[in-house]
Amino acid sequence: MHIWVLAEARDGQVKRISYELVTAARALDDSADVTAVLVGSGVGPLAGDLAAHGADRVLLVDDVRAAQYSPDGWGNLLARLAREDRPDVILGGATARGRDLTPRIAAGLGVGVASDAVEVGMAAGRLTAVRPIYAGKALARVVVHSDPQIATIRPNSYPPCERPAAGTVVAADAGDYVAGAVVTHLEAAASTRPDVAEADIIVSGGRGMAGPEHFALIEALADTLGAAVGASRAVVDAGWRPHGDQVGQTGKTVSPSLYIACGISGAVQHLAGMKTSKYIVAINKDPEAPIFSVADYGIVGDVFEVVPAVTEAVRALRAANG
Amino acid sequence: MNTVVLIKQVPDTATRIQDRTAKGRVDLSGVTWVVNPYDEYAVEEALRIKAAHGGTVTLIALGPERVASALKDMLALGADEAVQIVDPAFDDLGAQGTAAVLAAAIGKLPAPPDMIWAGWKGVDDDQGLVPIYLAHALGLPHVSFVVQVAIDGGRAIVQREVEGGKETVTTPLPAVFTAQKGLNEVRYASLKGIMAVKRKEIPAWDAAAIGVDPASIAPRAVETTEITPPPERPSGRILGGAPSDAARELVRLLHEEAKVI
Repeated sequence: MHIWVLAEARDGQVKRISYELVTAARALDDSADVTAVLVGSGVGPLAGDLAAHGADRVLLVDDVRAAQYSPDGWGNLLARLAREDRPDVILGGATARGRDLTPRIAAGLGVGVASDAVEVGMAAGRLTAVRPIYAGKALARVVVHSDPQIATIRPNSYPPCERPAAGTVVAADAGDYVAGAVVTHLEAAASTRPDVAEADIIVSGGRGMAGPEHFALIEALADTLGAAVGASRAVVDAGWRPHGDQVGQTGKTVSPSLYIACGISGAVQHLAGMKTSKYIVAINKDPEAPIFSVADYGIVGDVFEVVPAVTEAVRALRAANG
Repeated sequence: MNTVVLIKQVPDTATRIQDRTAKGRVDLSGVTWVVNPYDEYAVEEALRIKAAHGGTVTLIALGPERVASALKDMLALGADEAVQIVDPAFDDLGAQGTAAVLAAAIGKLPAPPDMIWAGWKGVDDDQGLVPIYLAHALGLPHVSFVVQVAIDGGRAIVQREVEGGKETVTTPLPAVFTAQKGLNEVRYASLKGIMAVKRKEIPAWDAAAIGVDPASIAPRAVETTEITPPPERPSGRILGGAPSDAARELVRLLHEEAKVI
Protein backbone atom coordinates (compact mmCIF):
# COMPACT_ATOMS: atom_id res chain seq x y z
CA MET A 1 0.00 0.00 0.00
CA HIS A 2 1.13 3.55 -0.71
CA ILE A 3 0.33 6.07 2.04
CA TRP A 4 0.86 9.80 2.05
CA VAL A 5 1.29 11.63 5.32
CA LEU A 6 0.93 15.41 5.20
CA ALA A 7 3.97 16.60 7.16
CA GLU A 8 3.82 19.92 9.02
CA ALA A 9 6.74 22.19 9.72
CA ARG A 10 7.03 25.51 11.52
CA ASP A 11 10.05 27.70 12.26
CA GLY A 12 12.33 25.27 10.45
CA GLN A 13 11.20 22.30 12.55
CA VAL A 14 9.09 19.31 11.56
CA LYS A 15 6.09 19.15 13.90
CA ARG A 16 5.59 16.06 16.03
CA ILE A 17 2.19 15.33 14.44
CA SER A 18 4.09 14.43 11.23
CA TYR A 19 5.84 11.57 13.00
CA GLU A 20 2.62 10.49 14.70
CA LEU A 21 1.04 10.21 11.25
CA VAL A 22 3.87 7.92 10.14
CA THR A 23 3.04 5.61 13.07
CA ALA A 24 -0.65 5.69 12.06
CA ALA A 25 0.34 4.81 8.49
CA ARG A 26 2.41 1.86 9.77
CA ALA A 27 -0.58 0.78 11.86
CA LEU A 28 -2.62 0.55 8.65
CA ASP A 29 0.03 -1.53 6.90
CA ASP A 30 3.45 -2.13 8.41
CA SER A 31 4.95 -2.79 4.98
CA ALA A 32 3.35 0.28 3.39
CA ASP A 33 5.38 2.66 1.30
CA VAL A 34 5.06 5.77 3.48
CA THR A 35 5.56 9.07 1.70
CA ALA A 36 5.87 12.23 3.80
CA VAL A 37 4.68 15.23 1.79
CA LEU A 38 6.34 18.54 2.57
CA VAL A 39 5.65 21.90 0.93
CA GLY A 40 7.42 25.21 1.48
CA SER A 41 10.55 27.14 0.62
CA GLY A 42 13.92 26.01 1.99
CA VAL A 43 12.31 22.94 3.56
CA GLY A 44 14.65 20.46 1.81
CA PRO A 45 16.92 20.02 4.85
CA LEU A 46 13.92 18.73 6.85
CA ALA A 47 13.75 15.58 4.69
CA GLY A 48 16.44 14.01 6.88
CA ASP A 49 14.29 14.41 9.98
CA LEU A 50 11.35 12.76 8.21
CA ALA A 51 13.62 9.86 7.19
CA ALA A 52 14.81 9.49 10.78
CA HIS A 53 11.15 9.18 11.79
CA GLY A 54 10.11 6.52 9.34
CA ALA A 55 9.37 8.12 5.94
CA ASP A 56 10.32 5.80 3.06
CA ARG A 57 9.99 8.69 0.64
CA VAL A 58 9.78 12.43 1.05
CA LEU A 59 7.76 14.15 -1.66
CA LEU A 60 9.19 17.62 -1.57
CA VAL A 61 7.85 20.79 -3.13
CA ASP A 62 10.53 23.35 -2.37
CA ASP A 63 9.40 26.46 -4.20
CA VAL A 64 9.59 30.11 -3.20
CA ARG A 65 6.11 30.71 -4.61
CA ALA A 66 4.68 28.19 -2.12
CA ALA A 67 6.79 29.51 0.77
CA GLN A 68 3.74 30.71 2.68
CA TYR A 69 0.85 28.39 3.46
CA SER A 70 -2.23 28.85 1.32
CA PRO A 71 -5.18 26.47 1.73
CA ASP A 72 -6.34 26.81 -1.87
CA GLY A 73 -2.81 27.10 -3.33
CA TRP A 74 -1.40 24.11 -1.45
CA GLY A 75 -4.71 22.23 -1.72
CA ASN A 76 -4.84 22.43 -5.52
CA LEU A 77 -1.12 21.67 -5.79
CA LEU A 78 -1.37 18.58 -3.59
CA ALA A 79 -4.56 17.37 -5.29
CA ARG A 80 -2.67 17.46 -8.60
CA LEU A 81 0.35 15.65 -7.13
CA ALA A 82 -1.96 13.03 -5.57
CA ARG A 83 -3.43 12.36 -9.00
CA GLU A 84 0.09 11.81 -10.32
CA ASP A 85 1.58 9.90 -7.36
CA ARG A 86 -1.62 7.88 -6.72
CA PRO A 87 -1.47 7.20 -2.95
CA ASP A 88 -4.06 4.71 -1.67
CA VAL A 89 -4.42 6.62 1.60
CA ILE A 90 -3.71 10.22 2.66
CA LEU A 91 -3.37 11.04 6.38
CA GLY A 92 -3.31 14.59 7.71
CA GLY A 93 -3.23 15.92 11.25
CA ALA A 94 -6.45 17.10 12.91
CA THR A 95 -4.59 20.36 13.58
CA ALA A 96 -5.20 23.98 12.59
CA ARG A 97 -3.22 23.26 9.43
CA GLY A 98 -4.38 19.70 8.73
CA ARG A 99 -8.07 20.41 9.32
CA ASP A 100 -7.76 23.30 6.87
CA LEU A 101 -5.63 21.74 4.12
CA THR A 102 -6.76 18.10 4.05
CA PRO A 103 -10.42 18.85 3.15
CA ARG A 104 -9.23 21.26 0.48
CA ILE A 105 -7.14 18.46 -1.11
CA ALA A 106 -10.09 16.08 -0.80
CA ALA A 107 -12.40 18.63 -2.42
CA GLY A 108 -9.94 18.95 -5.31
CA LEU A 109 -9.98 15.18 -5.72
CA GLY A 110 -13.76 14.95 -5.28
CA VAL A 111 -13.48 12.52 -2.35
CA GLY A 112 -14.47 12.34 1.33
CA VAL A 113 -12.54 12.78 4.58
CA ALA A 114 -12.90 10.93 7.87
CA SER A 115 -12.00 13.90 10.03
CA ASP A 116 -10.59 14.08 13.56
CA ALA A 117 -10.01 10.33 13.94
CA VAL A 118 -8.50 8.99 17.17
CA GLU A 119 -7.86 5.58 15.59
CA VAL A 120 -7.55 4.29 12.02
CA GLY A 121 -7.56 0.76 10.62
CA MET A 122 -8.21 -1.29 7.52
CA ALA A 123 -11.20 -3.61 7.09
CA ALA A 124 -11.86 -5.51 3.87
CA GLY A 125 -9.34 -3.31 2.11
CA ARG A 126 -11.00 -0.02 3.15
CA LEU A 127 -9.82 2.67 5.55
CA THR A 128 -11.82 2.74 8.76
CA ALA A 129 -11.69 5.30 11.53
CA VAL A 130 -13.01 5.87 15.02
CA ARG A 131 -13.98 9.49 15.46
CA PRO A 132 -15.51 11.20 18.47
CA ILE A 133 -18.80 12.95 17.68
CA TYR A 134 -20.74 15.40 19.84
CA ALA A 135 -17.27 16.36 21.14
CA GLY A 136 -16.75 12.86 22.49
CA LYS A 137 -20.19 12.08 23.93
CA ALA A 138 -20.25 9.23 21.41
CA LEU A 139 -17.82 7.47 19.09
CA ALA A 140 -18.60 6.87 15.42
CA ARG A 141 -16.98 4.07 13.46
CA VAL A 142 -16.77 5.06 9.84
CA VAL A 143 -15.56 3.50 6.60
CA VAL A 144 -14.20 5.57 3.73
CA HIS A 145 -15.57 4.58 0.32
CA SER A 146 -13.84 7.07 -1.99
CA ASP A 147 -10.28 6.86 -3.36
CA PRO A 148 -7.77 7.98 -2.31
CA GLN A 149 -8.99 7.25 1.22
CA ILE A 150 -8.42 10.28 3.42
CA ALA A 151 -8.47 10.91 7.16
CA THR A 152 -7.23 13.49 9.62
CA ILE A 153 -5.89 12.19 12.93
CA ARG A 154 -6.01 13.97 16.26
CA PRO A 155 -2.64 14.81 17.87
CA ASN A 156 -1.45 12.38 20.58
CA SER A 157 -3.50 9.50 19.12
CA TYR A 158 -0.33 7.69 18.05
CA PRO A 159 3.24 7.93 19.38
CA PRO A 160 5.79 9.49 17.02
CA CYS A 161 7.57 6.94 14.79
CA GLU A 162 11.16 6.48 15.94
CA ARG A 163 12.15 3.82 13.37
CA PRO A 164 14.29 5.32 10.60
CA ALA A 165 13.61 4.61 6.93
CA ALA A 166 15.23 5.51 3.62
CA GLY A 167 13.55 8.88 3.19
CA THR A 168 14.33 9.01 -0.52
CA VAL A 169 13.68 12.56 -1.65
CA VAL A 170 11.40 12.93 -4.64
CA ALA A 171 11.32 16.54 -5.79
CA ALA A 172 8.04 17.71 -7.26
CA ASP A 173 7.24 20.79 -9.26
CA ALA A 174 4.83 23.48 -8.06
CA GLY A 175 3.78 23.90 -11.69
CA ASP A 176 1.52 26.86 -12.45
CA TYR A 177 1.06 27.61 -8.75
CA VAL A 178 -1.72 30.07 -7.92
CA ALA A 179 -2.75 31.06 -4.37
CA GLY A 180 -5.72 33.12 -3.14
CA ALA A 181 -5.71 33.12 0.66
CA VAL A 182 -2.10 33.35 1.86
CA VAL A 183 -0.57 33.39 5.35
CA THR A 184 1.42 36.60 5.70
CA HIS A 185 2.43 36.50 9.34
CA LEU A 186 2.60 34.17 12.30
CA GLU A 187 2.36 35.65 15.74
CA ALA A 188 3.52 33.24 18.43
CA ALA A 189 1.55 33.39 21.65
CA ALA A 190 3.29 35.29 24.43
CA SER A 191 3.29 32.13 26.49
CA THR A 192 5.99 29.54 26.01
CA ARG A 193 3.70 26.81 27.32
CA PRO A 194 2.48 24.14 24.90
CA ASP A 195 -0.88 24.70 23.22
CA VAL A 196 -3.84 22.94 24.80
CA ALA A 197 -4.68 21.30 21.42
CA GLU A 198 -1.40 19.44 21.15
CA ALA A 199 -0.11 19.16 24.73
CA ASP A 200 0.75 15.83 26.29
CA ILE A 201 -0.26 17.08 29.74
CA ILE A 202 -2.98 19.65 30.48
CA VAL A 203 -3.72 21.32 33.80
CA SER A 204 -7.17 22.93 33.67
CA GLY A 205 -8.94 25.26 36.01
CA GLY A 206 -12.62 25.96 36.52
CA ARG A 207 -14.88 28.18 38.55
CA GLY A 208 -13.55 26.59 41.73
CA MET A 209 -10.40 28.64 41.23
CA ALA A 210 -12.55 31.59 42.40
CA GLY A 211 -10.87 34.27 40.28
CA PRO A 212 -8.42 34.85 37.44
CA GLU A 213 -5.60 35.77 39.82
CA HIS A 214 -5.62 32.27 41.30
CA PHE A 215 -4.72 30.73 37.94
CA ALA A 216 -1.12 31.40 39.01
CA LEU A 217 -1.48 28.15 41.00
CA ILE A 218 -2.58 26.31 37.83
CA GLU A 219 0.25 27.86 35.83
CA ALA A 220 2.83 26.91 38.46
CA LEU A 221 1.73 23.26 38.34
CA ALA A 222 1.58 23.34 34.52
CA ASP A 223 5.09 24.78 34.25
CA THR A 224 6.47 22.22 36.67
CA LEU A 225 5.04 19.49 34.42
CA GLY A 226 5.79 21.22 31.09
CA ALA A 227 2.03 21.21 30.56
CA ALA A 228 -0.54 23.39 28.81
CA VAL A 229 -3.09 25.39 30.78
CA GLY A 230 -6.73 24.65 30.00
CA ALA A 231 -9.98 26.14 31.22
CA SER A 232 -13.66 25.38 31.56
CA ARG A 233 -16.24 27.31 29.56
CA ALA A 234 -17.42 29.12 32.68
CA VAL A 235 -14.08 30.77 33.30
CA VAL A 236 -13.52 31.60 29.62
CA ASP A 237 -16.95 33.21 29.38
CA ALA A 238 -16.17 35.13 32.59
CA GLY A 239 -13.07 36.52 30.85
CA TRP A 240 -10.61 34.91 33.27
CA ARG A 241 -8.85 32.97 30.53
CA PRO A 242 -8.45 33.33 26.72
CA HIS A 243 -10.92 31.55 24.41
CA GLY A 244 -8.15 29.39 22.97
CA ASP A 245 -7.71 27.65 26.34
CA GLN A 246 -11.27 26.33 26.55
CA VAL A 247 -11.71 22.57 26.70
CA GLY A 248 -15.13 21.14 25.88
CA GLN A 249 -17.84 20.89 23.27
CA THR A 250 -17.52 24.53 22.19
CA GLY A 251 -13.77 24.57 22.77
CA LYS A 252 -10.96 22.11 22.22
CA THR A 253 -11.57 18.39 22.34
CA VAL A 254 -8.36 16.93 23.69
CA SER A 255 -6.74 13.54 24.32
CA PRO A 256 -3.57 14.17 26.35
CA SER A 257 -1.77 11.50 28.37
CA LEU A 258 -2.70 13.33 31.55
CA TYR A 259 -5.49 15.80 32.27
CA ILE A 260 -5.61 17.45 35.69
CA ALA A 261 -8.92 19.19 36.40
CA CYS A 262 -8.76 21.69 39.26
CA GLY A 263 -11.95 23.23 40.59
CA ILE A 264 -13.92 21.94 37.59
CA SER A 265 -17.26 20.35 38.47
CA GLY A 266 -17.55 18.53 35.14
CA ALA A 267 -20.46 19.78 33.04
CA VAL A 268 -21.47 17.32 30.33
CA GLN A 269 -19.95 19.59 27.65
CA HIS A 270 -16.61 19.70 29.49
CA LEU A 271 -16.46 15.96 30.15
CA ALA A 272 -17.13 15.34 26.46
CA GLY A 273 -14.09 17.39 25.50
CA MET A 274 -11.53 15.65 27.74
CA LYS A 275 -12.89 12.19 28.46
CA THR A 276 -10.58 10.52 25.93
CA SER A 277 -7.53 11.59 27.96
CA LYS A 278 -5.45 8.58 28.98
CA TYR A 279 -5.35 9.55 32.68
CA ILE A 280 -7.60 12.04 34.43
CA VAL A 281 -7.01 13.61 37.83
CA ALA A 282 -9.76 15.57 39.57
CA ILE A 283 -9.21 18.00 42.41
CA ASN A 284 -12.44 19.45 43.77
CA LYS A 285 -13.93 20.25 47.14
CA ASP A 286 -17.31 18.70 46.22
CA PRO A 287 -17.11 14.88 46.45
CA GLU A 288 -20.33 14.66 44.38
CA ALA A 289 -18.88 16.63 41.43
CA PRO A 290 -19.39 14.74 38.14
CA ILE A 291 -15.71 15.18 37.28
CA PHE A 292 -14.90 12.40 39.79
CA SER A 293 -16.93 9.93 37.71
CA VAL A 294 -14.35 10.10 34.92
CA ALA A 295 -11.24 10.53 37.08
CA ASP A 296 -8.62 7.83 37.57
CA TYR A 297 -7.37 9.60 40.67
CA GLY A 298 -9.27 12.12 42.74
CA ILE A 299 -8.51 14.34 45.66
CA VAL A 300 -11.45 15.83 47.51
CA GLY A 301 -10.19 19.07 48.92
CA ASP A 302 -9.52 22.74 48.63
CA VAL A 303 -7.76 23.58 45.36
CA PHE A 304 -5.84 26.36 47.13
CA GLU A 305 -4.21 23.76 49.38
CA VAL A 306 -4.08 20.72 47.10
CA VAL A 307 -2.81 22.27 43.84
CA PRO A 308 0.29 23.87 45.41
CA ALA A 309 0.90 20.62 47.33
CA VAL A 310 0.84 18.69 44.03
CA THR A 311 3.23 21.21 42.48
CA GLU A 312 5.55 20.75 45.46
CA ALA A 313 5.32 16.94 45.22
CA VAL A 314 6.18 17.03 41.50
CA ARG A 315 9.19 19.22 42.25
CA ALA A 316 10.27 16.80 44.98
CA LEU A 317 9.94 13.88 42.53
CA ARG A 318 11.98 15.72 39.91
CA ALA A 319 14.64 16.58 42.50
CA ALA A 320 14.81 12.97 43.73
CA ASN A 321 15.23 11.71 40.18
CA GLY A 322 17.87 14.29 39.37
CA MET B 1 -20.57 43.88 1.38
CA ASN B 2 -23.15 41.13 0.91
CA THR B 3 -22.69 38.14 3.15
CA VAL B 4 -24.23 34.70 3.21
CA VAL B 5 -24.20 32.78 6.50
CA LEU B 6 -24.68 29.03 6.56
CA ILE B 7 -26.81 27.87 9.46
CA LYS B 8 -26.93 24.39 10.92
CA GLN B 9 -29.33 23.21 13.58
CA VAL B 10 -27.83 20.86 16.18
CA PRO B 11 -28.97 19.21 19.42
CA ASP B 12 -28.56 21.46 22.45
CA THR B 13 -25.04 20.97 23.81
CA ALA B 14 -26.54 19.96 27.18
CA THR B 15 -28.09 16.87 25.51
CA ARG B 16 -26.84 13.67 27.12
CA ILE B 17 -25.95 11.93 23.86
CA GLN B 18 -24.34 8.98 25.65
CA ASP B 19 -27.71 8.06 27.18
CA ARG B 20 -29.31 8.10 23.72
CA THR B 21 -26.72 5.87 22.07
CA ALA B 22 -27.82 2.27 21.61
CA LYS B 23 -27.79 -0.38 18.94
CA GLY B 24 -25.17 1.43 16.94
CA ARG B 25 -27.00 4.71 16.56
CA VAL B 26 -27.99 7.90 18.37
CA ASP B 27 -31.68 8.46 19.04
CA LEU B 28 -32.34 12.18 18.65
CA SER B 29 -36.12 12.04 19.11
CA GLY B 30 -37.39 14.78 21.36
CA VAL B 31 -34.10 16.66 21.69
CA THR B 32 -34.04 20.45 21.88
CA TRP B 33 -32.65 21.82 18.63
CA VAL B 34 -30.52 24.96 18.71
CA VAL B 35 -28.43 26.96 16.27
CA ASN B 36 -24.92 25.54 16.06
CA PRO B 37 -22.94 27.75 18.50
CA TYR B 38 -20.14 28.46 16.00
CA ASP B 39 -22.75 29.60 13.45
CA GLU B 40 -23.92 32.21 15.95
CA TYR B 41 -20.46 33.79 15.86
CA ALA B 42 -20.65 33.73 12.06
CA VAL B 43 -24.01 35.53 12.09
CA GLU B 44 -22.75 38.09 14.59
CA GLU B 45 -19.72 38.85 12.43
CA ALA B 46 -21.89 39.21 9.33
CA LEU B 47 -24.13 41.68 11.19
CA ARG B 48 -21.09 43.70 12.31
CA ILE B 49 -19.73 43.74 8.75
CA LYS B 50 -23.09 44.96 7.51
CA ALA B 51 -23.12 47.71 10.14
CA ALA B 52 -19.63 48.83 9.13
CA HIS B 53 -19.75 48.37 5.37
CA GLY B 54 -23.42 48.17 4.38
CA GLY B 55 -24.91 45.40 2.26
CA THR B 56 -27.15 42.53 3.23
CA VAL B 57 -26.99 39.38 5.35
CA THR B 58 -28.65 36.30 3.89
CA LEU B 59 -28.98 33.07 5.87
CA ILE B 60 -29.08 29.66 4.22
CA ALA B 61 -29.90 26.40 5.97
CA LEU B 62 -30.25 22.93 4.55
CA GLY B 63 -32.48 20.62 6.53
CA PRO B 64 -35.96 19.45 7.44
CA GLU B 65 -38.95 21.60 8.50
CA ARG B 66 -37.67 22.15 12.06
CA VAL B 67 -34.71 24.12 10.70
CA ALA B 68 -37.00 27.09 9.97
CA SER B 69 -36.96 27.92 13.69
CA ALA B 70 -33.17 28.24 13.63
CA LEU B 71 -33.44 30.65 10.73
CA LYS B 72 -36.08 32.69 12.55
CA ASP B 73 -33.87 32.90 15.65
CA MET B 74 -31.05 34.35 13.54
CA LEU B 75 -33.34 36.63 11.51
CA ALA B 76 -34.49 38.11 14.80
CA LEU B 77 -30.93 39.30 15.41
CA GLY B 78 -31.07 41.46 12.30
CA ALA B 79 -30.29 39.33 9.24
CA ASP B 80 -32.14 40.50 6.15
CA GLU B 81 -33.25 37.36 4.40
CA ALA B 82 -33.28 33.62 4.93
CA VAL B 83 -33.66 30.66 2.62
CA GLN B 84 -34.38 27.11 3.67
CA ILE B 85 -33.36 24.29 1.36
CA VAL B 86 -35.66 21.40 2.06
CA ASP B 87 -36.13 18.29 -0.04
CA PRO B 88 -36.40 14.64 1.05
CA ALA B 89 -33.76 13.85 -1.58
CA PHE B 90 -31.30 15.83 0.57
CA ASP B 91 -31.99 13.98 3.82
CA ASP B 92 -28.76 11.96 3.95
CA LEU B 93 -26.06 13.92 2.16
CA GLY B 94 -22.36 13.68 2.93
CA ALA B 95 -20.19 16.76 3.28
CA GLN B 96 -19.49 16.93 -0.45
CA GLY B 97 -23.15 16.58 -1.41
CA THR B 98 -24.17 19.20 1.16
CA ALA B 99 -21.60 21.60 -0.26
CA ALA B 100 -22.82 20.96 -3.82
CA VAL B 101 -26.40 21.75 -2.82
CA LEU B 102 -25.38 24.89 -0.91
CA ALA B 103 -23.27 26.03 -3.87
CA ALA B 104 -26.26 25.64 -6.18
CA ALA B 105 -28.49 27.58 -3.78
CA ILE B 106 -25.95 30.40 -3.47
CA GLY B 107 -25.93 30.55 -7.28
CA LYS B 108 -29.69 31.26 -7.20
CA LEU B 109 -29.40 34.32 -4.94
CA PRO B 110 -30.19 37.67 -6.58
CA ALA B 111 -26.61 38.92 -6.03
CA PRO B 112 -23.43 36.87 -5.57
CA PRO B 113 -22.06 37.23 -2.01
CA ASP B 114 -18.75 38.93 -1.20
CA MET B 115 -18.30 36.83 1.90
CA ILE B 116 -19.69 33.46 2.94
CA TRP B 117 -19.53 32.71 6.66
CA ALA B 118 -20.14 29.52 8.64
CA GLY B 119 -19.17 28.04 11.98
CA TRP B 120 -15.92 26.08 11.71
CA LYS B 121 -17.78 22.89 12.53
CA GLY B 122 -21.16 21.64 13.63
CA VAL B 123 -21.01 20.55 17.26
CA ASP B 124 -22.94 17.38 16.36
CA ASP B 125 -20.89 15.38 13.87
CA ASP B 126 -17.79 17.54 14.41
CA GLN B 127 -16.51 17.17 10.87
CA GLY B 128 -15.58 20.73 9.88
CA LEU B 129 -15.75 19.90 6.18
CA VAL B 130 -18.74 21.53 4.47
CA PRO B 131 -17.50 25.17 4.28
CA ILE B 132 -14.17 24.05 2.79
CA TYR B 133 -15.84 21.81 0.22
CA LEU B 134 -18.18 24.71 -0.55
CA ALA B 135 -15.27 27.08 -1.13
CA HIS B 136 -13.77 24.63 -3.59
CA ALA B 137 -17.12 24.09 -5.32
CA LEU B 138 -17.49 27.84 -5.80
CA GLY B 139 -13.85 28.24 -6.86
CA LEU B 140 -13.18 30.54 -3.88
CA PRO B 141 -10.39 30.76 -1.32
CA HIS B 142 -11.26 30.07 2.30
CA VAL B 143 -9.91 30.93 5.73
CA SER B 144 -10.82 28.72 8.70
CA PHE B 145 -10.77 29.19 12.51
CA VAL B 146 -11.18 32.95 12.11
CA VAL B 147 -10.89 35.01 15.31
CA GLN B 148 -10.59 38.47 13.72
CA VAL B 149 -11.31 40.01 10.33
CA ALA B 150 -10.75 43.39 8.72
CA ILE B 151 -11.97 44.34 5.26
CA ASP B 152 -9.63 46.41 3.13
CA GLY B 153 -11.08 47.15 -0.30
CA GLY B 154 -11.43 43.94 -2.26
CA ARG B 155 -9.61 41.82 0.26
CA ALA B 156 -9.86 40.65 3.85
CA ILE B 157 -7.07 40.52 6.41
CA VAL B 158 -7.87 37.75 8.77
CA GLN B 159 -6.46 36.25 11.95
CA ARG B 160 -6.88 32.54 12.44
CA GLU B 161 -6.15 30.58 15.55
CA VAL B 162 -3.37 28.01 15.28
CA GLU B 163 -1.56 25.97 17.93
CA GLY B 164 0.52 28.32 20.01
CA GLY B 165 -0.35 31.52 18.17
CA LYS B 166 -2.27 33.29 15.45
CA GLU B 167 -1.73 33.34 11.71
CA THR B 168 -2.55 36.42 9.67
CA VAL B 169 -4.04 35.51 6.30
CA THR B 170 -4.77 37.87 3.44
CA THR B 171 -7.41 36.77 0.97
CA PRO B 172 -9.10 38.34 -2.02
CA LEU B 173 -12.89 38.56 -1.85
CA PRO B 174 -15.20 36.82 -2.40
CA ALA B 175 -14.09 34.10 -0.01
CA VAL B 176 -15.43 31.63 2.55
CA PHE B 177 -14.70 32.16 6.27
CA THR B 178 -15.29 29.85 9.22
CA ALA B 179 -15.80 31.26 12.69
CA GLN B 180 -13.93 30.14 15.80
CA LYS B 181 -14.89 31.01 19.36
CA GLY B 182 -13.30 34.32 20.34
CA LEU B 183 -14.29 36.04 17.08
CA ASN B 184 -16.90 38.17 18.84
CA GLU B 185 -19.53 38.25 21.56
CA VAL B 186 -22.94 37.41 20.19
CA ARG B 187 -25.90 39.70 20.69
CA TYR B 188 -29.35 38.74 21.92
CA ALA B 189 -32.53 39.31 19.94
CA SER B 190 -34.59 42.35 20.81
CA LEU B 191 -38.31 42.01 21.40
CA LYS B 192 -38.84 44.10 18.28
CA GLY B 193 -36.66 41.70 16.29
CA ILE B 194 -38.51 38.68 17.58
CA MET B 195 -41.92 40.24 16.75
CA ALA B 196 -40.75 41.27 13.27
CA VAL B 197 -39.77 37.75 12.23
CA LYS B 198 -43.04 36.22 13.36
CA ARG B 199 -44.62 37.39 10.15
CA LYS B 200 -41.58 36.78 7.99
CA GLU B 201 -41.99 34.21 5.26
CA ILE B 202 -38.95 32.01 4.74
CA PRO B 203 -38.80 30.70 1.19
CA ALA B 204 -38.29 26.92 0.97
CA TRP B 205 -36.31 25.79 -2.03
CA ASP B 206 -36.36 22.19 -3.21
CA ALA B 207 -34.01 20.40 -5.61
CA ALA B 208 -35.88 21.72 -8.65
CA ALA B 209 -35.79 25.31 -7.35
CA ILE B 210 -32.01 25.28 -7.09
CA GLY B 211 -31.61 23.31 -10.31
CA VAL B 212 -29.96 20.25 -8.75
CA ASP B 213 -30.66 16.76 -10.00
CA PRO B 214 -30.46 14.64 -6.81
CA ALA B 215 -29.08 11.74 -8.88
CA SER B 216 -26.07 13.88 -9.78
CA ILE B 217 -24.99 14.39 -6.15
CA ALA B 218 -21.91 12.51 -4.98
CA PRO B 219 -22.92 9.60 -2.73
CA ARG B 220 -21.85 9.71 0.90
CA ALA B 221 -18.12 8.96 0.79
CA VAL B 222 -17.71 8.38 4.52
CA GLU B 223 -20.25 5.96 5.91
CA THR B 224 -20.96 5.62 9.62
CA THR B 225 -21.22 1.93 10.43
CA GLU B 226 -21.75 2.15 14.17
CA ILE B 227 -22.09 4.73 16.92
CA THR B 228 -21.23 3.66 20.45
CA PRO B 229 -21.08 5.40 23.81
CA PRO B 230 -17.51 6.25 24.81
CA PRO B 231 -15.91 3.40 26.79
CA GLU B 232 -16.69 3.53 30.48
CA ARG B 233 -13.70 4.73 32.43
CA PRO B 234 -12.68 2.34 35.22
CA SER B 235 -13.81 3.72 38.54
CA GLY B 236 -11.15 5.94 39.99
CA ARG B 237 -9.47 6.06 43.31
CA ILE B 238 -10.01 8.84 45.83
CA LEU B 239 -6.82 9.68 47.67
CA GLY B 240 -7.47 10.71 51.25
CA GLY B 241 -5.46 12.25 54.03
CA ALA B 242 -3.93 15.64 54.47
CA PRO B 243 -3.47 17.65 51.24
CA SER B 244 0.30 17.18 51.29
CA ASP B 245 -0.04 13.40 51.81
CA ALA B 246 -2.70 13.07 49.10
CA ALA B 247 -0.61 15.16 46.72
CA ARG B 248 2.49 13.03 47.32
CA GLU B 249 0.52 9.83 46.80
CA LEU B 250 -1.00 11.26 43.59
CA VAL B 251 2.40 12.13 42.19
CA ARG B 252 3.76 8.70 43.14
CA LEU B 253 0.86 6.99 41.32
CA LEU B 254 1.23 9.20 38.23
CA HIS B 255 4.92 8.39 38.13
CA GLU B 256 5.00 4.69 39.08
CA GLU B 257 1.58 3.33 38.08
CA ALA B 258 0.34 5.54 35.22
CA LYS B 259 3.89 6.44 34.12
CA VAL B 260 2.69 9.74 32.65
CA ILE B 261 5.03 12.06 34.55
